[in-house]
Amino acid sequence: MSKARSAPLRSALIHLALLSYTLLALFPVFLTLVNSLKSRNAIFREPMALPTPSTFSLIGYQTVLQQGDFVGYFQNSLIVTVASIALVLLFGAMAAFALSEYRFRGNTLMGLYLALGIMIPIRLGTVAILQGMVSAGLVNTLTSLVLVYTAQGLPLAIFILSEFMRTVSDDLKNAGRIDGLSEYSIFFRLVLPLVRPAMATVAVFTMIPIWNDLWFPLILAPGESTKTVTLGAQMFIGQYVTNWNAVLAALSLAILPVMVLYVIFSRQLIRGITSGAVK
Amino acid sequence: MSDTDSTDPAIAPVRRHIRWHVLVFLAPAFLVYTAVMILPLIETLRLSLFNMVEGQLSFVGFNNFRVLFTDPRLSADFWNALSNNVIFFIIHMLVQNPIGIALAAMLSVPSLRFAGFYRSAIFVPTLLSFVIVGFIWKLILSPIWGIAPSLMDWVGLKWAFSPWLGKPESALITVSLISVWQYVGIPMMLIYAALLNIPDEVLEAAECDGITGWSQFWKIKLPLILPSIGIISVLTFVGNFNAFDLIYTVQGALGGPNGSTDILGTLLYRTFFGFQNQLGDRSMGATIAAVMFLIILAGVSLYLFVIQRRMRRYQF
Repeated sequence: MSKARSAPLRSALIHLALLSYTLLALFPVFLTLVNSLKSRNAIFREPMALPTPSTFSLIGYQTVLQQGDFVGYFQNSLIVTVASIALVLLFGAMAAFALSEYRFRGNTLMGLYLALGIMIPIRLGTVAILQGMVSAGLVNTLTSLVLVYTAQGLPLAIFILSEFMRTVSDDLKNAGRIDGLSEYSIFFRLVLPLVRPAMATVAVFTMIPIWNDLWFPLILAPGESTKTVTLGAQMFIGQYVTNWNAVLAALSLAILPVMVLYVIFSRQLIRGITSGAVK
Repeated sequence: MSDTDSTDPAIAPVRRHIRWHVLVFLAPAFLVYTAVMILPLIETLRLSLFNMVEGQLSFVGFNNFRVLFTDPRLSADFWNALSNNVIFFIIHMLVQNPIGIALAAMLSVPSLRFAGFYRSAIFVPTLLSFVIVGFIWKLILSPIWGIAPSLMDWVGLKWAFSPWLGKPESALITVSLISVWQYVGIPMMLIYAALLNIPDEVLEAAECDGITGWSQFWKIKLPLILPSIGIISVLTFVGNFNAFDLIYTVQGALGGPNGSTDILGTLLYRTFFGFQNQLGDRSMGATIAAVMFLIILAGVSLYLFVIQRRMRRYQF
């Protein structure tokens, strides 16, 4: 077969292309992390070099930790993200179950209504959201962010989860019903464990935009005590533009938690995508 | 209270009793979504028809839109932002999606080594926030630090370097490419999943007919992943006409230099909140949001009612 002969060359070319793109994707991140550990002179003299004992310096991190309340920002981001994901998964799975399991009048209409938000960004309602949060007294609280992100995440979660829930076998659920399980136990004890891969996918898809969002923290919760990491880093860097050590250190601190989460969740994300593919 | 008899709804007549559990399952999502998303959207659209007249919020019909489109002071900003936004979108479609498809096609080559590593690594920028991405690239492209000039020096292109982000004629393209760099992971992942979805029998049948390699990609795989390409196009459209963070981080709320990177998102922010000596204006903010809503709605409807209907979906 002609295919066999050209295979080594072809796969070498593919590796070359993928490797170059990988370098392009990782290089800026690498550059930031490496230079955040160097002294100011070394950053400018040899930006590409790894830190050596003579150029190693933590001055940037010291400035960041003294000047900005990054621990507090992390806490805020963590609370907002975890609470929003939990609500999106719980409410989303419940609604998805109702839509995929029961036939009732208005089912399709309800599905379409809840799917609207996949395409229409919640940001466009900002003017009225701010108004509403002001009158509810929720401005500068983490609750306002959790509410907004929950509403933002629900449509896609419901859409993905109801696709998955349709694949759960009816026999299993009916067996549960014959054994006297209530509809609630069928949902929590039979269906939820079976759609765990889909839940993981939804969690990752929901998490990324929430953790990274700048718009709503800037508008709804810009106060010092409610700043998220993204907003905190943005403001800190804006103030310390000329202090390169501090800027690079702040960027690295903002990158690290995302990377840690990615290392933990990437397998689940990919498992979610591929299990969707082979179903 | 079990519902065993509901398994055959075709026979069951209209039920009299309310199935409370359906309501309980739907209520939380419905309430949060309606209260925080749908009602504010409607309220924003409504506000775009009101403005302050002699200190009173009163109904002005489409006057806000007329002002936005024709008022000499505001309309220049608006049309500039809109055309920048269109260019921003076109660059994404021409660069981001083809690269994403190419990467996915290479990743899905069977028994490719390190595919998992490449896939995870290329997805990394997508996970970072605009703030991080924006500042990193700002530093790299900065003539002060000199990373970009010295890298280009290695390949003999130093003459070609200029402070792209600071020049009005190149700033928009540069910012768009930064955004492409960040978001290429999404089309890659979606197309990759679609390619994995193609059953082996189809590809084996193609191989039996002598269709392999390139022609297999163009003749067999590409038509099968067209629905996914449609989805990534509409996602790109919505994302681009709603973008804000990257421009705000890299070029500031004014979309500098000289408004050359101003897009609808930054215009909305400035108009609604005010910036520097410009006062915040809730009604005009709502009007711009309404225009963005209509643009996105038009794009999504075009996709749903025209493109998606014509596309054939294959069920395996």
